[in-house]
Amino acid sequence: MSSSTPKTAFWNGTRDAAPMLVVIGPFAIVFAVLATEQGLSFAQTIGFSLLVIAGSAQFAALQLMIEDAHVALVVTAALAVNLRMAMYSASLAPHLGALPVGQRMGVAYMNVDQTFALSVARYEARPEEPLAVKFAYFWGTAAPIFVVWAGSSVAGALAGGLIPPELSLEFTVPITFFALISMMLRTAAHWCAAVVSVVVALVLYDMPYSLGLLLAGAAAMVTGAVAETAMGRRA
Amino acid sequence: MSYSTAEIWLVIGLLAAGTFAIRFSFLGLIGDRDLPPVVLRLLRYTPVAILPGLAMPLVLAAPESAGWTADPLRLGAAAATLMAGWLTKNMLAAIGAGAFVFYGLGAVFGL
Repeated sequence: MSSSTPKTAFWNGTRDAAPMLVVIGPFAIVFAVLATEQGLSFAQTIGFSLLVIAGSAQFAALQLMIEDAHVALVVTAALAVNLRMAMYSASLAPHLGALPVGQRMGVAYMNVDQTFALSVARYEARPEEPLAVKFAYFWGTAAPIFVVWAGSSVAGALAGGLIPPELSLEFTVPITFFALISMMLRTAAHWCAAVVSVVVALVLYDMPYSLGLLLAGAAAMVTGAVAETAMGRRA
Repeated sequence: MSYSTAEIWLVIGLLAAGTFAIRFSFLGLIGDRDLPPVVLRLLRYTPVAILPGLAMPLVLAAPESAGWTADPLRLGAAAATLMAGWLTKNMLAAIGAGAFVFYGLGAVFGL
């Protein structure tokens, strides 16, 4: 395998990220349209998308805000959706942990589903590559994703302001959840977790501050992990 | 939604800080020590543990009362979304299918 320079690695990353842009752009538009339609200002909508950069968690937060949930619950539930990114951080650390702290903070900011998946796949295929090449590849994937995410968020926020408020698009939020869920049901363990999440959330729906949702999440997490372990042993 | 401007910015700020802390965690502070496998296993299921529990009550909640209801339009839209996503592995196709059922068929049949 020919060795890469940081420059070629950057462009490899850009090329590998290209197919993902088709999903990221419209996803950012849908969030921004719905957020503005639900009453967030242009600045708040853009702030949401550019400071948080986590589509699923943003939709979770937006839905709970539509329901006027307590601020603490909105934040806790949305952060729970993002907990998986601790795993991403742990997977990148052996490869990028030697960078100066400022550069690690930059990587952390753009450590999203797509940049993580592409970068870890490359690092595991080519563990011998120097740090500078690995870093360049990460930003090769992150740069187009950031540009498309930001541009689409602005477009969506502008478009959302033009939609008359009486045209309710509220049910688009649950539809987005089901679309996300359909992408996640890859194994029997994921199915088990999803079913437990639904059942516990419905049973505990009347708990104050939507605490039932957090308990459902905890129960479903354990269920997924236990189901994975059980199937791993059987295999 | 009835939050003040300050409360909305509080949500955004806390979410931004918390999400960054999660993303930075091992890269920044904990270094390259390995996570115990049981922790990795739990983390793998966090999105699929929260989102279904958040989504399903939105389909079943009765609009004007405290109970549950089986509204065929909302159930149909949710099922179409799941089915399309599962078959095509394409998120936009899934959202399109659900929106078509809810807004398209809903308007045609006046549901």
